[in-house]
Amino acid sequence: MPTSFLDSPSPDASLPDENGRFGDFGGRYVPETLVRALDQLEAEYIKAKEDPSFQQQLDILLRDFVGRASPMYFAKRLTEATGGAQIWFKREDLNHTGAHKINSTLGQALLTLRMGKTRVIAETGAGQHGVATATACAHFGLPCIVYMGEEDVRRQSPNVQSMKMMGAEIRPVTTGSRTLRDAVNEAMRDWMGSVEDTHYILGSVVGPHPFPLIVRDYQSVIGRETIEQSRERFGRLPDAVVACVGGGSNAAGMFFPFVANTDVPLIGVEAGGRNDQPGEHASSLTYGKPGVLHGSFSYVLQDEDGQTDDVHSASAGLDYPGVGPEHSHWKATGRVEYRSCRDDEALATFDLIAKTEGILPALESSHAIAKGIEVAKERGKDEIVVVCLSGRGDKDAAEIRRLRGE
Amino acid sequence: MSKIDDLFNNLRRNNQKAFMPFVTAGDPDLEFTADLLRTLDAAGCHLVEVGIPYSDPIADGPVIQASYTRALDAGVKLDAILEMLKSVTSGISMPVVTMVSYAIIYRVGIDDYLDKAIAAGVSGAIVPDMPVDESAELAAKCKERDFSLIQLVTPTTPRERAVKIAQQSSGFIYYVSIAGITGERNSLPSDVVENVGWLREQTQLPICVGFGISQPEHAEMLKPVADGMIVGSAIVRRIGAIEDGTSKEGALADVSAFASEMLSTINR
Repeated sequence: MPTSFLDSPSPDASLPDENGRFGDFGGRYVPETLVRALDQLEAEYIKAKEDPSFQQQLDILLRDFVGRASPMYFAKRLTEATGGAQIWFKREDLNHTGAHKINSTLGQALLTLRMGKTRVIAETGAGQHGVATATACAHFGLPCIVYMGEEDVRRQSPNVQSMKMMGAEIRPVTTGSRTLRDAVNEAMRDWMGSVEDTHYILGSVVGPHPFPLIVRDYQSVIGRETIEQSRERFGRLPDAVVACVGGGSNAAGMFFPFVANTDVPLIGVEAGGRNDQPGEHASSLTYGKPGVLHGSFSYVLQDEDGQTDDVHSASAGLDYPGVGPEHSHWKATGRVEYRSCRDDEALATFDLIAKTEGILPALESSHAIAKGIEVAKERGKDEIVVVCLSGRGDKDAAEIRRLRGE
Repeated sequence: MSKIDDLFNNLRRNNQKAFMPFVTAGDPDLEFTADLLRTLDAAGCHLVEVGIPYSDPIADGPVIQASYTRALDAGVKLDAILEMLKSVTSGISMPVVTMVSYAIIYRVGIDDYLDKAIAAGVSGAIVPDMPVDESAELAAKCKERDFSLIQLVTPTTPRERAVKIAQQSSGFIYYVSIAGITGERNSLPSDVVENVGWLREQTQLPICVGFGISQPEHAEMLKPVADGMIVGSAIVRRIGAIEDGTSKEGALADVSAFASEMLSTINR
């Protein structure tokens, strides 16, 4: 039983620094109007972290309302069909609301109450974060407004219905590419005018400090459970861990506990879209450059004038031209390897998992599984690859039929 | 002494206030923007803010957003904007400052951006997504070049922080009248005069007020405490009318008449 992984925490475990920086990345590039709210949020987050009753309240919610711990599942038939390392799924799709997003929205809803704020706004792409925010708000009786690109409202309509049923107001965003990036812009603009009484429950590890820190920490339950479950099941840690990266919240939550304490190989999977040409993919780390978007300095897809590129992914949740600053830092230090997975590979993987495992994975998670299979093929039968199955795919069924022209 | 310092010294000597319009570069095209700048100068405007279109302007309301989208859709590029400014600035007397996202400055490179802007006759920059905490490098490089970096104070800024921002700012301080995005408002918050009055006692720098200002009554209200008034959406909306069929000459005449009305209210 290895015990060493707690002995030598990586210096990365203490990031971000007091300026909200992960190495060169992160910071706070926002209008002055928002600075006080970000300071207040950071202060409240730190206070809550040191308050045992807060942590206890959150733990009970995660257990009784979300259904944590989420299982770690051996994908036996997939492993046999792949012919390499054992493939295990960390089943975030089995959480209440069907994805990892609820881990962070409950924590942030509790912070909202602690700050005495009375209204919540959120952005959503795939709709999973919107549903998770609407759920947390219904649970606590907070009014909730969700900004969602018009294109995403169309392709993720089951989630739109769920949000409405839980009392959230959906505001379709018709500017720009009408997807996640534009939804973030609109939510930020709302916040500019509502900052005194409203908390913005941001859905990913993006945006200005302290959001990348807060969302990562609340999502880190994924990686902590994976470490615990691996030690119970295998008596050791996995040989590789794989997760998909849009903004990067499920990956940050899965990776951070490993980054902090171990040298387990970590593989993040970006949306490769149709091809590697600008506008045809959403792989900021693979094809982008460091720059500024949505309040933080990180890898971004931009033209030579700093204008944000349009991006494409079949998966609404990965259809974003930026990425969390901590991922940029992990790329720069080489701690995490980032690969890119095309639309067609993800769609084929969705089919494969449906038929071999009886699980409909979200299209986002299908990207991670596709590369998880690739990683398993590179490794021996005694090795273990854990893939974060970040969400369920029911929401994608109609869009998949449409993409296939059915 | 920058051109902006000279402007406010002169205004203060004559007990006058500045009227400062905002225009979007390249809406609907750069040739029109050049004509617009000459028109505003001829009308007697004291300083102009030229907005560099950006794809994700989170501090801007629908009117300025739409103008940025029109300009970007028409293919306007930063180099072409600066070339246009170079051809105009030598022939006008009002200083030009750019309103520009740090996303653009970073991508171009701080040194390159500043050198090109100065070569184009630009006197300063307002960077709406760069709070004072992130501005050390840019501020130092602006100072080396005697290029003004105008920083923003808002109603949500704690007073201690406002003093720090005032110390780091140059040219003037941009006081944002409302917690919110740009756009015309019917009325301004009642405490804006008190807040600007307080800030006035903390700094020697001129204080100019923007966001929401769109009517002569607003100018009347701010006159006693502010050194200048910035008007964006009310100008940009009049240009946006071109898209709906107003002639370019008609839009210029409309803007010119509005600027004259504001100027006469401000310095009556």
